[in-house]
Amino acid sequence: MPLITYRDALNQALREELRRDPNVFLMGEEVGVYQGAYKVSKGLLQEFGERRIIDTPITEEGFTGVGIGAAMVGLRPIIEMMTWNFSLLAMDQIINGAAKLLYMSGGQFKMPIVVRGPGGAAHQLAAQHSQSIESWYAHVPGLKVVAPSTPYDAKGLLKSAIRDDDPVIFFEGETLYGLKGEVPAEEYTVPIGVADIKRHGSDVTLVAWSKMVSVAMKAADQLAAEGISCEIVDPRSLRPFDDAPILESIRKTNRCVIVEEGWPYAGIGAQIAYQIQQAMFGELDAPVTRVTGADVPMPYAKNLEHMAMPSPARVVAAVRDVLYLE
Amino acid sequence: MASRVVMPKLSDTMEEGRILRWLKKEGDPVETGQALAEVETDKATVEMEAYTSGIVRKLVASEGQTVKIGHQIAVIGTADEDISALLPAPSSAAPAIEIAASPNPPAVAPAPRQADPVASSAEAGGGHHLKASPLALRMAAESGVALAGVRGTGPQGRIIKRDIEAALAGVAPSAPSSADASRSRSLLMAAGRDTAPESEDIALSPIRRTIAKRLVQSKGPVPHFYLTIDVAMDRVWDAYKALRDQKSSISINDIVIKATALALRQHPDINASFAGDHVKQFTHVHIGMAVALDDGLITPVLRDADLKPLEEISEETRVLADRARARKLQPSEYTGATFSISNLGMMGIEEFSAIINPPEAAILAVGSVRQVPVVVDGQVRAGYRMKATLSVDHRVADGASGARFMQTLKRFLEHPLLMA
Repeated sequence: MPLITYRDALNQALREELRRDPNVFLMGEEVGVYQGAYKVSKGLLQEFGERRIIDTPITEEGFTGVGIGAAMVGLRPIIEMMTWNFSLLAMDQIINGAAKLLYMSGGQFKMPIVVRGPGGAAHQLAAQHSQSIESWYAHVPGLKVVAPSTPYDAKGLLKSAIRDDDPVIFFEGETLYGLKGEVPAEEYTVPIGVADIKRHGSDVTLVAWSKMVSVAMKAADQLAAEGISCEIVDPRSLRPFDDAPILESIRKTNRCVIVEEGWPYAGIGAQIAYQIQQAMFGELDAPVTRVTGADVPMPYAKNLEHMAMPSPARVVAAVRDVLYLE
Repeated sequence: MASRVVMPKLSDTMEEGRILRWLKKEGDPVETGQALAEVETDKATVEMEAYTSGIVRKLVASEGQTVKIGHQIAVIGTADEDISALLPAPSSAAPAIEIAASPNPPAVAPAPRQADPVASSAEAGGGHHLKASPLALRMAAESGVALAGVRGTGPQGRIIKRDIEAALAGVAPSAPSSADASRSRSLLMAAGRDTAPESEDIALSPIRRTIAKRLVQSKGPVPHFYLTIDVAMDRVWDAYKALRDQKSSISINDIVIKATALALRQHPDINASFAGDHVKQFTHVHIGMAVALDDGLITPVLRDADLKPLEEISEETRVLADRARARKLQPSEYTGATFSISNLGMMGIEEFSAIINPPEAAILAVGSVRQVPVVVDGQVRAGYRMKATLSVDHRVADGASGARFMQTLKRFLEHPLLMA
């Protein structure tokens, strides 16, 4: 099976969907002539031309609004945010426009829009450019939110998102773009709203998505050397959220550690923990625990940035804690 | 002391069971662990066991009846005690034990938690007084285990899953049988054993589980052979005493480690690992030293032991052993050994053979230094001897290679200045 990068997987998804449906188009900063700020849209302008691959001025609110209007009249726009931090400027459009127009129009305006881009921290991008804000979007009824962790999931989910008639918020990761993984040469999609067990185990349930999957994996490897077997569930979609595999896993392990890059207060992990204790109260041998980003604006200093993010060591400590080990 | 028997949860999706057949009649004696009834669950037909011993005084549920888990099905007690208090009210299928099925769970209300501002600390143990985990409460309710009698091993005495499992395995005391005044009985009573269970199941700690798993991986597939030498330790003993007089804390074991490391450098075929279709010879000499813990053992690694002076070896072994006993070793500190040493000399063992730690190719088992009569130039004298046994993976090295290594080790220990 071909081994390709997360970036190339996204590129393939975009290319295939642009070929499949003439109403699909891509709009954003540097997506065309520059070949994409992170080269995700490399070669697309050459193949599809200026009407399908549109370079925009630096005006997120403006071009997101244009995309929403285009979706309302039957086109299928993909709006690229250079990073999700910049989407703050477009939030009124996304939340009051994209999320609500189907509802407010009584079903008259469909909203088949995808807003995609890298979220979370990279390296020393500091306070304003390192935010993991999936929970802000997952909070809103009317939006779908996905965060793939592997090239396979990225390609499959982007294709599903583009074909979905609802607005999909698509979180990638700057440090994920270079990740290599197996991606079938044949066409496939990954359904939105279906979780994936990334590692089978029996002693503890770990929940992680996006960049945190590899943090959980490293922790699981370290724990395996001590004889502790971790099951890692990757929800892949944050809204709608497939909690069935997590609950089934907890029935087996009786304990759960959630690993998330975002801030702890009212984050996605808090919602997952609520769902777990609601459904599985009598199965829990320890309180549901989270390992999250620190509750601070992201520091610029390299050592502080490292301390502010979840690490395999912190996950290992949390697992030992819920297993009541010294 | 009579007790109620309730319908246990025999599968994890079971909500009720149908009594197909009672395997004991009223008046029959029953022992803990004996089958009491055939029960049909949602998944299969299972035999349910008695958790206490005594006489089956009353079968509360009848054959063919479906009973919810936790509800009473029988009473077990002594032959003649009054059990009327344990019988259910005639009208009802009322549960004998409250189960936390209602929206508000019974009894244990966890103390409200303050918001946790720092994300980095794990939340499971810290500052949260909970008498028993929800799972433990449920398990206790379903199996009739009284929480008051269970010792909690979680934080602040919290009763958790493993505690209920332990309580179920080491069962309730058997009812004292009437009027058995034989001498053996009073001996048992004096020893406190007449009411004790047959055995106690000690749950495997993770470290014990790991030892079990890994050493079966070694002893099973690895063809071990063993070579023993009896080393004249007189010069080492003198050196050790002299160092001790100088207030150095260098031990015999430190010297053995140094000698072993240097010998390995000269015999790289022993400093190796079997890798399926080839043998991997290591460039470095990293010695794993076995350290005993309460519930098992762990081997912290002394890296590049052949390059380190004795002082440094001594200091590092002490630090690593302390960290091992305090359970503070990081994985990088107990993995990566190329050879291991296990020393039971300080526990009085003269000689033993150890099991190789996979994926290494050999392990040295060191015994105590003994003062024994020895023959030198035809005369019997007092001398110091120490036995060391090398276990070798025969896929990696043969007897002759192992023997050559042991000869070098013996030479270093008998002429310590060669190590300088």
